[in-house]
Amino acid sequence: MRIYHFSEQPCPEAWGPENPSLRVNLPSRNCDPRAMAEHYHHRLDEWLLADELGLDIMINEHHATATCATPVAAVPLAILARQTKRARLLTLGYPIANRLDPVRVAEELAMIDVISRGRLEMGFVRGVPYEVPLSQRSAVGQMERFWEAHDLILKAMTSIDGPFDWQGEHFQYRNVNVWPRVYQQPHPPVWITGRSPQNIREIAERGYVLGTFLSGFHTKGLFDQYRKACADLGRAAPAADRFSYLGIVAIAQDAQEAMRRAEQMVGYLRTSGRVAEPFTTPPGYFSLADATKMVKARGKRGITARDGKFVDTHHGAIEDLVKAGIMFVGTPDDVTRQIADFVQSVGGVGHLLLMGHAGYLSHADAMDQITLLAKEVLPRVQRPASSKQAA
Amino acid sequence: MVSVNGASIELVRRGKGQPILFLHPHIGLHGSDALIARLAEHGEVIVPSHPGFGHSDLPKGMSTVDDMSYLYLDLLDELDLREVVVVGASLGGWLAAEIATKTTERIARLVMIGAVGVKLGARDQSDIVDIFATPRSRWEELTFRDVKFWQRDYEALSEDELTVIARNREATALFAWNPYMYNPKLKQRLHRIRVPVLFLWGEADRFAPPDYGRAYSALIPRARFETVSDAGHFPHIEQAERVARRILEEMK
Repeated sequence: MRIYHFSEQPCPEAWGPENPSLRVNLPSRNCDPRAMAEHYHHRLDEWLLADELGLDIMINEHHATATCATPVAAVPLAILARQTKRARLLTLGYPIANRLDPVRVAEELAMIDVISRGRLEMGFVRGVPYEVPLSQRSAVGQMERFWEAHDLILKAMTSIDGPFDWQGEHFQYRNVNVWPRVYQQPHPPVWITGRSPQNIREIAERGYVLGTFLSGFHTKGLFDQYRKACADLGRAAPAADRFSYLGIVAIAQDAQEAMRRAEQMVGYLRTSGRVAEPFTTPPGYFSLADATKMVKARGKRGITARDGKFVDTHHGAIEDLVKAGIMFVGTPDDVTRQIADFVQSVGGVGHLLLMGHAGYLSHADAMDQITLLAKEVLPRVQRPASSKQAA
Repeated sequence: MVSVNGASIELVRRGKGQPILFLHPHIGLHGSDALIARLAEHGEVIVPSHPGFGHSDLPKGMSTVDDMSYLYLDLLDELDLREVVVVGASLGGWLAAEIATKTTERIARLVMIGAVGVKLGARDQSDIVDIFATPRSRWEELTFRDVKFWQRDYEALSEDELTVIARNREATALFAWNPYMYNPKLKQRLHRIRVPVLFLWGEADRFAPPDYGRAYSALIPRARFETVSDAGHFPHIEQAERVARRILEEMK
C-alpha cells in the first residue's frame, strides 16, 4: 500500500463566523495574500518532506473558496514535478466536466508528466455540487460531458502521429496535437472518483483506479460495486491497487497530543460544507429522483459507523468520526491499527490518501505528522503484521 | 400528449375560437389556471409544456431556446393553426420572440409578459436576477409582489407534482444557465417580428425590472409597452383577470 500526503491548502483566517458561506460567494477581500503566501510555502515544504521520507503526494483543486485555496492543481503539481525526486504526484483531481478546454488539460498534464519524468497519477473528478455555480456549463448532462472530455484528453495524449480533429457533442477542436508527448506510455495512470453504481461501473470497465473520499465504512459497498462490475465482465478480481480511499489523519507520539491535532484539523469538516443555500443543489447534478426529494427537504450527509450509529460527516464528534472510518487519530500504534482495520474491512486499499494537514494545524505539527506517518506507520502498513517476516 | 417530430409533448387544449398559444415561464404552469380559463371563454387556448418541462420529452441535442423555437414552428404546422395569438410569460416570452423572428406566417400577434431573452445592460452585470445564485426566499421576494401566489406546502404535494418542479428547474438550467436568460443572437433578429406585440410588465417586477421590458419593446417595430399594477414578474399569476382582459381586448 502507498500513502499519499494531502492538504487542501486552506485559508483558515477566512473561516470566522462572520462568513456564513465559505464557497462560491465569499469575497476575496477575506484573503490576506501575505498570509496565503506563507500557507503555500508551508504546504509545499510539507510535500517536499513527504517526498524525502517516502510518502507520495496528492493535490486537488476547488474554486472560489477559503476551504481549498488551490484553484489550479497544475500550479503546485508543476512546482513539485521539478522539486521532488521520487514521489508519485497524484491530482485528484481535475474537474474536467466543468472546464471548457480538455486539450489544455492534456497539455498541462503532459508537461507535468514529462518534467516529473513519469511520476504523474492523473485523476479526473466530477466535482462537488458547489463547483457547478462557478462553471460556464450547467450540471445538466454533466456526466456525458465528463466522459467526452475524458475520451478527448486520452486521445490527445496518445495520438503521436500528428494532428486530429475532434467534432463531438460537447467539444469541437481543430488540429489537436499535444506537445510534449507524455512520459508514461501509453499515458499516465487514470483515477476517477465515483459514488453512483453507474459511474463505478464505467470506471471498472476501463480498469481505472477508483477514488473514494471520506466515505468511511460505506466504502466497502463502493469497492464491491467495482468488484461486481469486473466479475460481470468475466475479468479477474481487481487488485488492491485499483482502490483508493481518502481519510483524515491526526497522529502524534502521545494520544492526547494527537487528539489536540485532530481538534485543529476537524475545522476542515466543520467548514467544508458551509456554503450558501442556492449553491448546494445545482439543477441537473442529482438524479431526478434525488432532486425530487430535495424539493421537499434538504438531505443531510453522513455515514453509518460499524456500530450502526449515524455520524454526521460535517459535525460529528472526533471519536465518532474515527469509528466511522473518516478520521484516523492517535499514536502511531493507534493509527496503524485503525488503518489496518479499515483496509481489512473494505477488502483492501492500494492507495491511502491521507489529509495530513487540514484546518488550523500548524506547519510544525504537519511536518511532525508526515514524519511519523512515513517512519512509523508506512513501514508497518506496507507489510501487515500477520505476514511479517524477517527481511 | 402530442407527437412533434418524434418528441412527446404534453399539451392541453381548452375552448373554441381563435387559437391562443400560451407559452409558460421557467416555473412551468404553476398559477396559470385562472388566466387559461378566462382566455378559453373567448378562444381556443393551447397550452404545451416545453421540452424537458412538465411531462414533455427532451429531444436529444436540444439545449437552447432557439432549438426549442423550431419545435414550436413544427407544432404550429402539425396542428395547422392560423392567426395564432402567442402569449409568452418570462422564458415563454423569450421563446415567443425566438419563434416570431423566424416566421410569423401563422401568427397574428404576440403578447410578451415579463419576457426575458435579450441582453440590454452592462456586460459586467446580469440584467435578470440569477435564480441559481439567489436564496429561494430572496428570489421569491424579488419575483412576486405577494409571495402567497407562489408558496406551497411541499409536504402536501404529490410525487408527480414534486417531480415536475424538479424537472422544470433542471430544464431551466439547461436552457438558460449561460448566457443567463438570453440568446446573444436574438437582439439583432428582433426587427423581423412584424406583427403587433403587446408587452405587459408587472410594476413591482424586481426579477426583470420594467425598464428592461421598456428597452426590449423598443427593439420591435410594432411593439407597445404597458405596466400592470400590483404584480411582480408574473402578472399572469398575480393579476390573471386583468391580464386576460388586456389580451382579449387586443384580439377584438
